[in-house]
Amino acid sequence: MKVKKVKITPILFMLPTVLFLGLFIYIPLIQNFYNSFFEFSVFSQSKEFVGLTKFQQLFVDEVAIIALVNNVKYAIISVLLQVFFALVLAAILEDKFFRRFAHVFRVIYFMPVMISISVIALLFGFVYNPQIGLLNSFLELIGLEQWAKPWLGNSTTAIYSVIAMSQWQSIGLITMLFIVSIQKIPKDLYEAAEIDGAGKIRRFFSVTVPQVKEATFVNLLVTVTGSILVFNEPYILTNGGPGNSSMTLAIHMYQTGFVKDDMGYASTLASLIFLLSAIFALIQIKVSKTGKEE
Amino acid sequence: MIKANVKKSTFPSTVPTNKTKIPIQTRLTKNIVFLGLLSFAIIILYPLFWMLISSFKSYQEIYSNVWAFPTEWKFENYSLAWSKGISSYFFNSVYVTASTIILTVLIGAMAAFVLSRYKNRWIDVALLFTIGGLMMNPQVALIPLFEILTITNLIDTHWALILTYVAYRLPLTIILIRTFFLTVPKELSESALMDGCTEFGIFWRIYLPISLPIVVTSVILTAYFAWNEFLFATVFINSSELKTIPSGLMVFRDALRTDWGVLLSGMVIATVPMIVLLIFLQKYLVRGLAEGSVKG
Repeated sequence: MKVKKVKITPILFMLPTVLFLGLFIYIPLIQNFYNSFFEFSVFSQSKEFVGLTKFQQLFVDEVAIIALVNNVKYAIISVLLQVFFALVLAAILEDKFFRRFAHVFRVIYFMPVMISISVIALLFGFVYNPQIGLLNSFLELIGLEQWAKPWLGNSTTAIYSVIAMSQWQSIGLITMLFIVSIQKIPKDLYEAAEIDGAGKIRRFFSVTVPQVKEATFVNLLVTVTGSILVFNEPYILTNGGPGNSSMTLAIHMYQTGFVKDDMGYASTLASLIFLLSAIFALIQIKVSKTGKEE
Repeated sequence: MIKANVKKSTFPSTVPTNKTKIPIQTRLTKNIVFLGLLSFAIIILYPLFWMLISSFKSYQEIYSNVWAFPTEWKFENYSLAWSKGISSYFFNSVYVTASTIILTVLIGAMAAFVLSRYKNRWIDVALLFTIGGLMMNPQVALIPLFEILTITNLIDTHWALILTYVAYRLPLTIILIRTFFLTVPKELSESALMDGCTEFGIFWRIYLPISLPIVVTSVILTAYFAWNEFLFATVFINSSELKTIPSGLMVFRDALRTDWGVLLSGMVIATVPMIVLLIFLQKYLVRGLAEGSVKG
């Protein structure tokens, strides 16, 4: 009788998930660390053990340093703009006075989030185009033609142009997440502050900001993790160039593996990306208490 | 509903009382802030509007006058884009997205059912295993997955995308659905058990129907991911006729070179389904993003 108590349903129900996560998430993770110790190519699958050589290469790789610096720039700008600006934007949209237009603005700001990154990047190819680009012709229109430049072809502006496009695309997302958490703040907190004579700015700093502290922290972590992993935007817009000026770690990894065919070193770079992003992901899981019951 | 209406109708009357205190200054700040919101909306909307307008222009017209409306609306740009490849990318995307949704939601709901209904040491391990999956990201797994898919002969097939998309969507989907399942009253399944319902029956007849809202949210989040995913779609699929929209657009750009109007039409076609989804299912999407705090 006791044997019958072992239920088969839960095992059957869990099995596909375990298989999927095991085969496509956990095995690749282990495989990636393992690959970091080998020299191998996409075409021949024979691997030659090279020990820690690939990790030593990491320390003298100038491109990796440029990439890392760009990832950090990405993170800093994204945090400043997406987290702080988005919070202010969300607070304005949730303000009594603006609430009647808020719906329209919300949908507009959120639109780019829904659009495929390849569409956005191709579109910004037109925006940044040196001859017909919308940005340059706009500058001309308002009499600032001396500011016009080949945004993506210039090694000082390329990475910032890529970052700017990312902000354009994802600010609406973070704003929306802040709006959701501002809506959860009890209204009487604001009423109490208003009775105490606190103005709107005062109410923002002493009610809104502390009340959305947790959401701010989570958005911060999401943004930083996203900046470490960023691939699509710079890959489509500049492919890391000109030179290596808009390189990011993920593009460097991709090019090392699939263009230069040094799969071992690409795996080492992937391991570095994993370690950096895993730290923030771990903190995020801890903070948002995922999987814990209320 | 009635309560909300009353609130709404009372708040305009509070605005004038505020105005009487410091009228000019407040109105001025409000107008400035409003202008700020408006200009930001224009910055967001204008490029999209430009994309739409220019998709009806010829190359010469885009090149010679970027800002102008088309003198002659070239609707054939759309039929050209459609026949020159977008239709195949579009249907590939529909196929991959639909398969990913069905597998992710079904497998995810099954796992969420187990993880919310049972309690023992193994369940804790399974939960940890699932949450741990959130830490992984496509960039890191790219090379090993490429190897695995090559060995299994799945590279350059739609399964390469479907299977990996399902794996990367599962952790978040399971966590979302599980949170909802935890709120399903125990009495429902207990009475069903007494009536002779099997565990599978409880899942299929009680938990799934009750959880329709969260299932819709999961469907939308998965659709959003699968429709827009770029990295795997670029690396795992080589044949142009198997490509999905995000990677297909790159092939399209390289093939067209100067046929910008046609390229822009293709971009518009790629965008429309997601905008329609946003307009109709905004509420579910935003809730999902907020609860799952976005991944990928």
